[in-house]
Order: sequence, then structure tokens, then C-alpha cells
Amino acid sequence: MSQIPADLRYTKSHEWMRTLPDGTVEIGITDHAQQSLGDLVFVEVPEAGRRLTAGDACAVVESVKAASDVYSPLTGEVVAGNPGLATQPELINKDPFGEGWILRLKPSGGSAAAESLDAAAYQAVVAAGG
Amino acid sequence: MGKRTALYDLHLAAGARMVDFGGWDMPVGYGSQIEEHHAVRRDAGMFDVSHMCAVDLRGAGVRPLLLRLLANDVGRLVLPGKALYTCMLRPDGGVIDDLIACYLDEKWFRLVVNAGTADKDLAWIKEHAKQIGVAVVPRRDLAIVAVQGPNARAKTIPLLPEACRGAASVLGSFFGASCDEWFVSRTGYTGEDGFEIALPAEAAAGFWDALAAAGVARCGLGARDTLRLEAGMNLYGSDMDETTTPLESGLAWTVVLEGGRDFIGKAALEKQRAAGEAQKLTGLLLLERGVLRSHQKVFSGAGEGEVTSGTYSPTLERSIGLVRLPAAADGTVEVDIRGKRSPARLVKPPFVRNGKPKIEIQSRRPVA
Repeated sequence: MSQIPADLRYTKSHEWMRTLPDGTVEIGITDHAQQSLGDLVFVEVPEAGRRLTAGDACAVVESVKAASDVYSPLTGEVVAGNPGLATQPELINKDPFGEGWILRLKPSGGSAAAESLDAAAYQAVVAAGG
Repeated sequence: MGKRTALYDLHLAAGARMVDFGGWDMPVGYGSQIEEHHAVRRDAGMFDVSHMCAVDLRGAGVRPLLLRLLANDVGRLVLPGKALYTCMLRPDGGVIDDLIACYLDEKWFRLVVNAGTADKDLAWIKEHAKQIGVAVVPRRDLAIVAVQGPNARAKTIPLLPEACRGAASVLGSFFGASCDEWFVSRTGYTGEDGFEIALPAEAAAGFWDALAAAGVARCGLGARDTLRLEAGMNLYGSDMDETTTPLESGLAWTVVLEGGRDFIGKAALEKQRAAGEAQKLTGLLLLERGVLRSHQKVFSGAGEGEVTSGTYSPTLERSIGLVRLPAAADGTVEVDIRGKRSPARLVKPPFVRNGKPKIEIQSRRPVA
């Protein structure tokens, strides 16, 4: 059974979002996603300054089994990619909602996550085998 | 729904993630694939490989039959219990399957063939066997458990039926022994020491639980794939198939062309050898971050090729693979990984054997 913290927002493609006090948004992949991928061995994070449009592929997470794209749920500018993932991709397996964050983004004005889900709605996506 | 082995319920109870493999519902892993991999390299792990098919061939004509059907030379199997790895070929030299053949006595050989090819293998073998009166008996009544790793034999022997323990403890590498409806062979697909044990399906669950209680780690097909690839062992259907010959699949060492023996596919292989093989299968070590995957394009000075198997090597902490390239390719090549060309070095497999790296690893280039 995977964890789905109640205080985060989610996407159907298994990213999570956490709004930080300074208004930037931290983004990662969910516990369900890391369980499906298995042991991660390589993560490519975006560089600071890169501009993203909601839906853009913004990172690559690669496990022993397969490579997957991570999609930005928001439009905005990358503030930071998680530097720890270059040498410790397994942080995503160990702590997907904490130390395993992938990027921080400064959203463009008014670009609320159009189709973001709350925890209950995301739980339904996972339960339906999404 | 796929076919199920005798251990299916135990896999589910242990939290296995199940996948289809050759028409069978098989465990790909029980948790961390990398931990399962290390368990085999450092201690002992076990695999349910009951999807593979043991086939008994019985009759006075069995050795002549296999001398003709197999590219390796069963004439070399002199001591009872001795086994060899071989390809079975089409007349044009394409590989029908790769298999293990074990000599038990002059009227009995046992083969173990791949799951996905078992039906066509049996049809092919039967067609030739009926001409010389050899009975072909697939043993779907047996489960097969592989126990692999430096401590595998020591942990397994006390759990075998008493009648098997003596024989199992003195088995040489690539020997098998039949005892009490069980069949123990010192073979494997991981590059480590260990056993593959064929046993009555009804005894499989008890044996599996006893191994688990003895500290043998449950391992899935995911770890089996990273282990075999580190060991430089081919996977049928990925690294060779009916469109490739053993000579262009890194398997020339399993083919005996010398001597007067005629086998199916020999003429085609002799012709290919005389002309010089156009392509070869060799090992690949990725020099940067990323992971090699099958079907990625590879560019060498001698022309293009393709990754046939690729993965992350938990032992080397690098990505490794097998690649089919023009025979003259050498040195450093480039691999198209998700649209970007990454440098990789051609190396001679195996990558790892008996827990030890067998290739030289330079420090990785800095990430761009």
C-alpha cells in the first residue's frame, strides 16, 4: 500500500506538488510511482532558469527496469533541481515526498495547476490502476 | 491469465510483483531488485524457474539423435551426469533455442529448454526422434528451483532428500544427479556457483519455504536478468533467435565444427565461417550516466548496430549491455540514448563472475 500525504496536490501522471512558504512549488514523483518503477539508478533533473510549460517533460527517472519522463504540472521557471539525486537516485525510493524531491519551480502568475488532484482524487486514480 | 507454477501462491504471499514471461505468470521481484541481485552475488538467492521445461529423451538412439540435433557435441559427454550448454539450429543456422543437455545413461538424456520456445522445440525434437524410436517426454510434472550464490550449495544440501545429499555434495561443475525423483545439477544462469533442482511439483512449496527459512533470498526474474547479463550470458529472443547464428551471437564456443559429425545447421555455419561473419555480439560498457536498453542504436567506426540487452549493473554500478555490431567494430562507440549520443566501450563478456568484476572500470566521466 503506497502513501498519499493529505497535504499535497497530485497529477494523474503520478507527480506531487508542495507549495513552499516563499511561493515556489516543490515537485516529485509519488510513492506509488517509485514502487512501480523499482530501484532508481539514474535521475536527470532540470537546470535552474529553465522555463517550463505545464505538461513539458522536465526530468527523467530511470530504474533498473525502465526509463520514464516526469512532467511539469505547472508553467514557470525552474529554481533548482535536486542536486542530491545525481549521486543518490535511491533517495526517491527511500523518501519520495521528502529528500527525493526532483525540482522546485517558481510558477508564472496565475498558472494554477489546472487539473491537479487532491489526495482523495489521486487515491482513486491509483485504485483504478492508473 | 498466464500459466502458473507450483509456487504461484507462495510468490503472491511474499508480495511478489507478477509479470508475463513466455506465457507464464512469474515473479519479477519481491521488493528491491538490487538487493535480490546482491544477495546472489554475496550470499544465496533462489529463483522459481519452473516455467522452463525439462524434457526426458529415452531410447537406444538418444545419443545419435542429439549428435545431429545440437550444435555442441554430446559425444564429449562421457561421464554419467555431465551436462553441456548448446544451441539447437535450423538448417540455415538460425537458433531455434539454447538449452542444457545432460547425459544420464546411454538410453536417457535430459534437456532443459526455454519457456517461450518449449512448444516449437518439442515439435522439432519429436519430428526427428520418431525416426529413430526415441521417446520425448516433457516433464511438466516437475518444478524447477535455482539456488545461486557463494553460499547456495551449503544452504541447499541439508534441505535435499537424504538420498540426494551425498550425490549433490560431490557434484562437479556442470554435472547433474538423479535421486529419489529429484534431479540436482550444478548449473545456473547468474555467474555464481549453485544448483538447479528439478523436483516433483507437490514437493516444491515445502522446499521453497525451507530454503527461505535457511536465509536464502527470494529473487525474481528482474534480478535474474541483471545477474545473467553481468555474467555475459545470452537471453534467447533478445540476443539471438532464428534469424541469427551462434557464430554472430557470441556463442562460437558452443559450436563444434571439427570432426566428421554432421549436425543440422553445420553446412550453413561452415559457409558463414568461410565467408567471415558479417556481425558479432559483444559486450558494451556505458561510460556516462544513463542506462543501456535493448534496441538502442549503436554507431561504430565499422557501421551501425543495436543493443540486444541492456541494464544497470548493480555490481559495477554502471550500465552494461550486449550489442550486435559489424564484426570489425572495436574500441569506443556511441549509443543513441533517448536522442542523445553517449560514449560506450566494447568489452569482452563476462562483466562479473563469482562476485568479482571481470572488466576494467575507469572512473566515470564527469556529468556534463
